[in-house]
Amino acid sequence: MERDDIIEYSLDAHHSEEQGKKVRRKIWLVTAILTVITAFEVAVGAMVHQDNPMWWVVKLLFIGLTLLKAGYIVLVFMHLGDERKVLKYCILVPYFIFIIYLIFIALTEANAVHTAWETYGG
Amino acid sequence: MAGHATTHVDAATAWGGKTSPFNVSYGKLMMWFFLVSDALTFGGLLVAYGYTRHTTQSAWPIGEETFDSLPFLGHGYPLMYVALMTFILIVSSVTMVLAVEAGHRMDKKGVMKWMIATIIGGFFFLGSQAWEWSHFIHGSHFGSVEILSGEHTGSRAIVKGHFGDLESFTVVQAGKHHKVGDVIKETPDELFHHFRTAVMNGQVKDGKITLHDGSVATWKKHNDEHMELIIKTDGTGHSLSKVTKIHGKDAEAKYWESVNSGKKGAIIYGADLKSNEYGPSQYGQFFFFITGFHGFHVFSGVVINILIFLGVARGTYHKRGHYEMVEKTGLYWHFVDLVWVFVFTFFYLV
Repeated sequence: MERDDIIEYSLDAHHSEEQGKKVRRKIWLVTAILTVITAFEVAVGAMVHQDNPMWWVVKLLFIGLTLLKAGYIVLVFMHLGDERKVLKYCILVPYFIFIIYLIFIALTEANAVHTAWETYGG
Repeated sequence: MAGHATTHVDAATAWGGKTSPFNVSYGKLMMWFFLVSDALTFGGLLVAYGYTRHTTQSAWPIGEETFDSLPFLGHGYPLMYVALMTFILIVSSVTMVLAVEAGHRMDKKGVMKWMIATIIGGFFFLGSQAWEWSHFIHGSHFGSVEILSGEHTGSRAIVKGHFGDLESFTVVQAGKHHKVGDVIKETPDELFHHFRTAVMNGQVKDGKITLHDGSVATWKKHNDEHMELIIKTDGTGHSLSKVTKIHGKDAEAKYWESVNSGKKGAIIYGADLKSNEYGPSQYGQFFFFITGFHGFHVFSGVVINILIFLGVARGTYHKRGHYEMVEKTGLYWHFVDLVWVFVFTFFYLV
């Protein structure tokens, strides 16, 4: 018996030549954005050093730009932006909840350990 | 690309059965679930790296100082090589997404063309990483130095500048293969190899080197240029290290004093799992583990890409009526790129 409850291929498999052109234009645009961001990061990294008092701003900028790059890769290259909302959130929400918690707990603990060593020596 | 007709479905239809509420096939959903778990693995590794970096008391290495070389061109190009690697991986991600796009148009030739480009990009990245590892393991000609006198006694400095080539060794005490007065002439690289080994084993003392055959020799070398010792002390706020630099004659005196002390470990060259010239030992360990684990992902990605490419070439997916397999490997390949973006930031930039 042929099963009709299995979806073999769902997100539309095909698009026309014309839609393809539009898609490709978007791909090249994102490529340019990613390249420019990376070049910018390297330039800033080479110019501003870690002993600079404004380093924390640069650091935050780097992390922000990284998240921006990651966003482009996941939403455009991996097409997650085109998937149905329920899938998007099933992937992103649990991940972010867990990873933000992990970063928070690990860095808080690390700072405490650092201070303990600094205070009581080792 | 977009699921035009199928994206907006009312809840009753979506969840009423006989259809995927996610509007994706089983295989693709599972690929996404796998990627989430893999992303958690890499997230865990990078958080562990951050944890270690925040707890450690000694100053952490700075990316643009550690990675400032290009093949054939030498030093002085901070982060250029890693940026190039990043660019290669981004480009191969782009060719992959173009292969997927060609698949949507059932353009078999297009899929093949872009998949070959992707595979080549993958090999380029792996080759680059091999060079990077080799460079990291071998380290610089100076290594890092433990300062043995003066106000910075006990601190370790990384050394920048140009190492004067070794010219020859002159034997002053006979060993198994050499007699007194022998002049050993080899290429500067070969001589340096002996020198490095001897320094690491504590067999260089007071201007004399004990060679592996037991003979003792003096060496002749060109002058070092632009030597600079960089001492980093851990500042408050962890990564904000205080940096002290020693230049010129003073730097050379301090450096060679340590080399000639005959103290094992006074000079550390390159990196292994125990120690490295760049900073705390954990730095090297995390470097090997994280970039190695990522490199392993790239390698398996290339293998999977090749297998799927063969499927495309054989026409398997064309007959099936869609190129979803290309899309699924594409997801994995983009994920590898995604991970690299984070490794690039947290390992090299900040």
